[in-house]
Amino acid sequence: MTGVLNLVRRLGAGVVEGVWRIGFATRFFLLLLRYSAQSLLRLHLTIREIYFSGVLSLLIIVVSGLFVGMVLGLQGYETLQRYGSSEALGVLVALSLTRELGPVVAALLFASRAGSAVTAEIGLMKTTEQLKAMDMMAVNPIARVVAPRFWGGVISMPLLAALFSAMGVFGGWLIGVVFIGVDEGAFWSQMQAAVDFRFDVLNGVIKSFVFGIAVALIAVFEGYDCTPTAEGVSRAITRTVVSSALAILALDFVLTSFMFRGQS
Amino acid sequence: MTPLDSNDALVRLQDVRFAYGEREILSGIDFSVRRGQVVAIMGGSGCGKTTLLRLIGGQLCASGGTVSVAGQDLAGLSTGEMYALRRRMGMLFQFGALFTDMSVFDNVAFPLREHTDLPPALVHDLVMMKLNAVGLRGAAKLKPAELSGGMARRVALARAIALDPALIMYDEPFAGLDPISLGVIGQLIRKLNDALGASTIMVTHDIVESLQIVDYIYFIASGRIVAQGTPDEIRASRDPFVHQFIHAEADGPVPFHYPAAPLADSLIGRSSA
Repeated sequence: MTGVLNLVRRLGAGVVEGVWRIGFATRFFLLLLRYSAQSLLRLHLTIREIYFSGVLSLLIIVVSGLFVGMVLGLQGYETLQRYGSSEALGVLVALSLTRELGPVVAALLFASRAGSAVTAEIGLMKTTEQLKAMDMMAVNPIARVVAPRFWGGVISMPLLAALFSAMGVFGGWLIGVVFIGVDEGAFWSQMQAAVDFRFDVLNGVIKSFVFGIAVALIAVFEGYDCTPTAEGVSRAITRTVVSSALAILALDFVLTSFMFRGQS
Repeated sequence: MTPLDSNDALVRLQDVRFAYGEREILSGIDFSVRRGQVVAIMGGSGCGKTTLLRLIGGQLCASGGTVSVAGQDLAGLSTGEMYALRRRMGMLFQFGALFTDMSVFDNVAFPLREHTDLPPALVHDLVMMKLNAVGLRGAAKLKPAELSGGMARRVALARAIALDPALIMYDEPFAGLDPISLGVIGQLIRKLNDALGASTIMVTHDIVESLQIVDYIYFIASGRIVAQGTPDEIRASRDPFVHQFIHAEADGPVPFHYPAAPLADSLIGRSSA
């Protein structure tokens, strides 16, 4: 009986803690938006973060995009040639990338590479009292530290996803056309005919923008909210990567069901 | 000539109480600092000294009583008003809390760049003057990671005085320093206070160094002020707590042992303590 009671008690405490955290995160997000204008006016702060989050993630995005595209080229050709439609390889590669793989895989990579770094940086600033020191100097840490990192992530994400997709298409072309010998004209012309700018490309960009907001918000919040100890920072980084991955996949499902319902 | 008699108090706490939920950290604190004074808050670890400093800095809100700085009651201030007041305060954190992604120069320039529109040449000159005051002009280009503990604290001190504050607060300025650095920091605290015409509050448990440089000392134990006085009064004090503290006696009003069952009970297994 006591065991059951304890279980219920723990469950209740967990729910209360969860609701409390969601409330805190919402309040944090509103504060972040409130101080964003102040932070965006000093553009060099955000540009610096675009460099750290975006430019420094280029290598992993470019290389991963290339390999994903090459794998798509191989697998796609393997399947399509059974039905004698290997010329549609370009369409398959481009649609898979712009609609799904580009935004989703780039966001997952971005969360692991840049999201974790942002959480670690803000978490360590909190642990070493840098945020408190800033607050004591009458400089708001949300405006000076958090907002530029958030917007740096939000701006970088769609650009990185676009680059990922472009590299993927290049990888697909490299394998399909250069190595396997699919007809180049068919590869590109079918792609041009079948990929719609509004439904495929733009929806992909919207997806990556939403993922960017989710990943950047989770990363800055986990860093700002972490327990200021070595263990606390390490847990916060883990939470950033895990929560971001779950958020990306769940949001992808929701967005896909809205965007592509009844299309193609 | 206790500071409480003066009307010229920059910082004044009246019957201040602070608690985390049910756990009371401070109670019945009456405390004041006059302009130009260097005041030390002393007591063992965990007695509430740093909490008191955070109450004065407005980082924590008192659960009862009033905390006022420069005539303003902190409880009624908006965020903007609090920030306006903090521009007149400098605070040195225990381990410096320097921004690790910036050079020494940029750390000291930070408050100037954030709060003023001074041209870069003037910021440069001001930063160099502050760094010169703490003897680290030559270290301007170094990163915080390249500094020793004592140097980092001096840089943090230069940053804390960048805007010529009216009140400077130090959290354990002497912790973990070698005797030379300790003497240097001690002298700097006094000299900077007098040169800037500021008031200083420092939280410390370094009694020897403090007695040489401060004007007034408060002793805190178990969240209450248990003794206070000028350095001469403190040296002459017969208060058992002050005596134990000054002579670094292991046992006295502050017990050596954390409350526990008798040792014999623990050893023969009659208690889990």
